[in-house]
Amino acid sequence: MKRFAFVTVSTFAIAAGSSVVAEPQAEVLHWWTSGGEAKSVAVLQEEFASNGGTWTDMPVAGGGGDAAMTALRARVLAGNAPTAVQLKGPAIQEWYEEGVLADISAVAEAEGWADVLPASIAGHMKCEGTWCAAPVNVHRVDWIWANADVLAANGIEMPSTWDEFNAAAEKLQAAGVIPLAHGGQAWQDATVFEAVVLGVGGPEFYQKALVDLDPEALTSDTMVQAFDQMRTLRGYVDENFSGRDWNLATAMVMNGEAAFQIMGDWAKGEFLAAGKKPGEDFLCASTPGDGYLYNVDSFAMFDVEGDDKKAGQDLLAKLIVAPNFQKVFNLNKGSIPARTDVGLEDFDICANLSAEDMGSTSAAGSLLPSYAHGMALRGSQSGAITDVVTAHFNSDMSSADAVQQLADAVANSY
Amino acid sequence: MSEWLENHLPKVVLAPSFIAVLIFVYGFIGWTAWVSLTRSKLLPKYEIKGFIQYERLFDSPRWDTAINNLYIFGALFIVIAMVLGLLLAILLDQKIRVEGAIRTIYLYPMALSMIVTGTAWKWILNPGLGIESMVQGWGFANFEFDWLVNPDYAIYTIVMAAIWQSSGFVMALFLAGLRSVDGEIIKAAQVDGIPTWRIYTAIIIPSMAPIFLSAFIVLAHLAIKSFDLVIALTGGGPGYATDLPATYMYAMAFSRGDIGQAASSAMIMMLVVFAIVVPYLYSELRAKND
Repeated sequence: MKRFAFVTVSTFAIAAGSSVVAEPQAEVLHWWTSGGEAKSVAVLQEEFASNGGTWTDMPVAGGGGDAAMTALRARVLAGNAPTAVQLKGPAIQEWYEEGVLADISAVAEAEGWADVLPASIAGHMKCEGTWCAAPVNVHRVDWIWANADVLAANGIEMPSTWDEFNAAAEKLQAAGVIPLAHGGQAWQDATVFEAVVLGVGGPEFYQKALVDLDPEALTSDTMVQAFDQMRTLRGYVDENFSGRDWNLATAMVMNGEAAFQIMGDWAKGEFLAAGKKPGEDFLCASTPGDGYLYNVDSFAMFDVEGDDKKAGQDLLAKLIVAPNFQKVFNLNKGSIPARTDVGLEDFDICANLSAEDMGSTSAAGSLLPSYAHGMALRGSQSGAITDVVTAHFNSDMSSADAVQQLADAVANSY
Repeated sequence: MSEWLENHLPKVVLAPSFIAVLIFVYGFIGWTAWVSLTRSKLLPKYEIKGFIQYERLFDSPRWDTAINNLYIFGALFIVIAMVLGLLLAILLDQKIRVEGAIRTIYLYPMALSMIVTGTAWKWILNPGLGIESMVQGWGFANFEFDWLVNPDYAIYTIVMAAIWQSSGFVMALFLAGLRSVDGEIIKAAQVDGIPTWRIYTAIIIPSMAPIFLSAFIVLAHLAIKSFDLVIALTGGGPGYATDLPATYMYAMAFSRGDIGQAASSAMIMMLVVFAIVVPYLYSELRAKND
């Protein structure tokens, strides 16, 4: 009996001891399944394993994350949420309001996240003051990409105002080149639209109209001008653009069929994969106007039971924001690190430009969330805006009608 | 005991599927109806807030487009598929050679999934790849056929693809109907010297009324639940010009996290189905009771 007691006690002791250094477990739901993205996420997986953790991968492909969100909904309703989920922007707060996110402030404070992340990006990672998500990267959305040879052959510089862009486009059109490569999918229309709003109205207007949804800004003359510019851009797109995928549009710029594309910096990955060199074969610049629209991927941490899972969550959060992962991951993905203290020597000139602009716009207060990529607004609001933008772009709706519809749609989306 | 079993065996055997249908069909219809009265966003909530979701739905221009598209698509698809199917069936009924082979050829599109049909037609109708570029390649530089990318006409491309897919099936239905008409009556009419077209319009087609009804019901529900064809052919575009209620519902529920809105649109879709099916069931039941 005594011996039995001894055995039990020591077993407990071992169990207790091992729970202190519980083997970190993490189940990670994400939709990074295509070539470059899968490679990027494998980096995190390896690093997690080399720190003694067990990673359970839960990739759900399809629908730009729609399928993953459906899976997440089912898991949360079943009371069995994954440890970490690829989520971004206001969706993090939306899930927080459902009361299912964890508090990882301890890790964030120990690692000093507040000092290394730009303030507006850090804001997305907090839920009512506590840290609940870890940022992975920063994609810039308001890029304009160009084929260097086509521009040189037509004597065109990278445009710095929309008027310059329009003039360049007219010239290109006369020369028989498609000025703007574009794919007619709603989110691509929205991507161009937000770049135009930022350029035409400036950062403050963008903030008011597409972040705060101020009805006055939405119905203002500036917004009418933005829609006018969209109508002008529609004339620079080839007639066959409907439904085209963004990477096919990028290919048009690559092989000289088209001159420009307005797209986030994932387009750079296409250029690089085709062996093109930034600055030589293709050019990158921010779209005309000031400001910087970011699209930050992040992992939201869900409430989980058990020390091993909590340890896994903390380890994961720590690794995600650590400089090494931020660097390796973003080299693979084409974006830039979210933390500002990572050396960018290995990054190309576009990434360096992006990082530089992120610093300067953060200081100037014009580092703004992208509405088209779900950083600025919740799904139903951004969806309502996108509906109007894409309906206007794909029909002969007047700008005044579009502005009115925009205000109505936003009011109707709550 | 055995007598009881004998009397109740059918009920006992049917009970599980009855219960399953009760829960998974009617239960979830009830659940959707409930959710459509709430302010559910990302996750369902159960606090009833009235008809706000329906008001939002009817204020939405995108829903207007979706419903109008359903009318255009539904009407054209059902009428043309039935006319074409009937015509094919009558032509096939002329005791021609290799009827079996031809029938199979016309029926084959039905074997394809809508996704395959949609993708194939997307390529055929794409101005840069398909018919337009081919005819232009023949030297007719002014030839234009850009329906797929024209928001005013894109819905008709969906009608085309759907008709291509389904008219063979309708033909098979009608062919069976034609064959079931009593040959004696037709012979008697021929003896009386009635022209063939009159025989069809006055005798054969009226006697096939039940087949028309079946074909209508099958096509109508295909039209209302149509989703995969739109996704594959146009993706709802250009803009949202080819949205149908089903794609609207999907976008709200799964892309936008607006479950209340999705539930209300699903309820409206169900009402449309009811509007078609209930008169049908009513007429069927009445016919049996007479």
